[in-house]
Amino acid sequence: MLEPFEYDFFVRGAAAATLAGGLCGLIGVYVVLRRMAYVGHGLSHAIFGGAVVSYALSVNFFLGASAWGFASAMLINLAARKRKIGEDAAIGVVTTASFALGVAIISRFQTFTRSFDAALFGNILAVGGGDVLAIAAVSAAAAVGVFVGYKRILFTTFDPETAGFYGVPTAWVDALFSLTLAAVIVVSLQTLGVTMIAAAIVIPPVTARLLTNDFNRMTLLSTGIGAGCGLGGVYASWHLDIASGPSVVLVSASAFLAALAWSALRDKLAASAWRSRDRT
Amino acid sequence: MELRGAACGYDGSPPVLSGLELTVERGGFVGLLGPSGAGKTTLLRTLLGAARLFEGEALVEGRSVRERKPRVGYVPQLEAIDWRFPVTVEQVALMGRAAENWAFPWHRKSDKQAAFGMMERLGIAGLAKRHIRELSGGQQQRVFLARALASSPRLLLLDEPVMGVDIKTRDDALHLLHDLNHQGVTIIMTTHEINAVAAHLPRVVCLNESVVADGPPREALTPATLKRTYGADLRVIEHEGMTLVTESPHRFGAAAHSRRNGGGDAGAV
Repeated sequence: MLEPFEYDFFVRGAAAATLAGGLCGLIGVYVVLRRMAYVGHGLSHAIFGGAVVSYALSVNFFLGASAWGFASAMLINLAARKRKIGEDAAIGVVTTASFALGVAIISRFQTFTRSFDAALFGNILAVGGGDVLAIAAVSAAAAVGVFVGYKRILFTTFDPETAGFYGVPTAWVDALFSLTLAAVIVVSLQTLGVTMIAAAIVIPPVTARLLTNDFNRMTLLSTGIGAGCGLGGVYASWHLDIASGPSVVLVSASAFLAALAWSALRDKLAASAWRSRDRT
Repeated sequence: MELRGAACGYDGSPPVLSGLELTVERGGFVGLLGPSGAGKTTLLRTLLGAARLFEGEALVEGRSVRERKPRVGYVPQLEAIDWRFPVTVEQVALMGRAAENWAFPWHRKSDKQAAFGMMERLGIAGLAKRHIRELSGGQQQRVFLARALASSPRLLLLDEPVMGVDIKTRDDALHLLHDLNHQGVTIIMTTHEINAVAAHLPRVVCLNESVVADGPPREALTPATLKRTYGADLRVIEHEGMTLVTESPHRFGAAAHSRRNGGGDAGAV
């Protein structure tokens, strides 16, 4: 059962997936509660374009792709502020154009193809020691950021316009959030893959939401579920011989279904308890 | 609070309100009346520095809102709230202190005391750990009032605070606002509840693209000003010292009586 842990590359991949899963679960709470799930999906595609451009220009992948992702998020915000364009349409334009640029560069320089398979679908074999360090660094920064900005982030997430009226610097909170989200996606790319990251960001918080009505508990649960599904996902990918990204997402989806069933059962039990109390 | 020749609205659209001249002294309690789209919420947003001031000036506590967004207590329309958001009563009340003690990531003792003091004052301290969706309409209104008051504002702006609540809850809410006003809080609120405002508030302002009438309910609410405000023929009745605005009733009874007796407009439906 512990056989895969005898291999260094698997231990690195498992550590990366656990950290990336927890990180996506943490940041996903804010993505889901702000109803920005589509942003997470779009941004991962935009960052793929940034990753390809960084590679083509021989720029550091983490810096180049993060800057590209942040710029894309800011561009989406800017376009969405124009009253005639909705946020969903702005995401559609910015992120698809960025993704298309990445694909165009790959098709022009065929030698890239193999390297970017991992970025699209996730591959723990491609995870190096530097990747694990990068994920750990972003995880630590995100955890500190969420802790330090807790009360302002909570207010901005719950009621962004009113938060501004109460003196919360919402523009700064939004900008830092976009930067963190871009960094989370960049460092998770190798493990989870562009096409699967959105699910890793959305499923853990949605699962946690089914289990609690408390924001703090939801944050802790979502981080824990994300980390657990990351570890469980790469472990399953070893035994099932499938890509790590889809495996993590399938384990997360199973956790969501279990939470959905538990939530329905809990509501049914509560309703029957109320009925029996009424009768007595 | 003062508006001097103000024209305000939003980017890319003509001004919603223009030629606004309005002053609310410290300790005032004013109800803004008007049909949907008349500019009530826009006026509040102008005072919050969230709407565009095309011309004129908007001053809160003597300072222009162009220079710095004022710190006031604001209670949004309840229909704008995301009721599925996982927050408790206590967490919402504490949001009123989110900008205080900015160097501390957590809420300090003074923040908690301010929020809990307000929750106790509004009778919702016992609901502190409850999710906001589990409360009645009146209790929910008090939660957002507690959040606004926890920031210790001298000016309180409320957008439709008694919309969609039953008559008892509405009466309780307006008595509560009255008490707060007596304790020194200046209050400006928008509403569609003309009679409730006439019964509880010392001053009403009728809006429709500009100020149509301004004064005590008995003086501001006349058939002529209501016609200019709402574009409808409304009746105004004085009853036991209260000003009541009524709609023009349909004459179902008279028409039926006339038909039974074979006279009048027999072909009318």
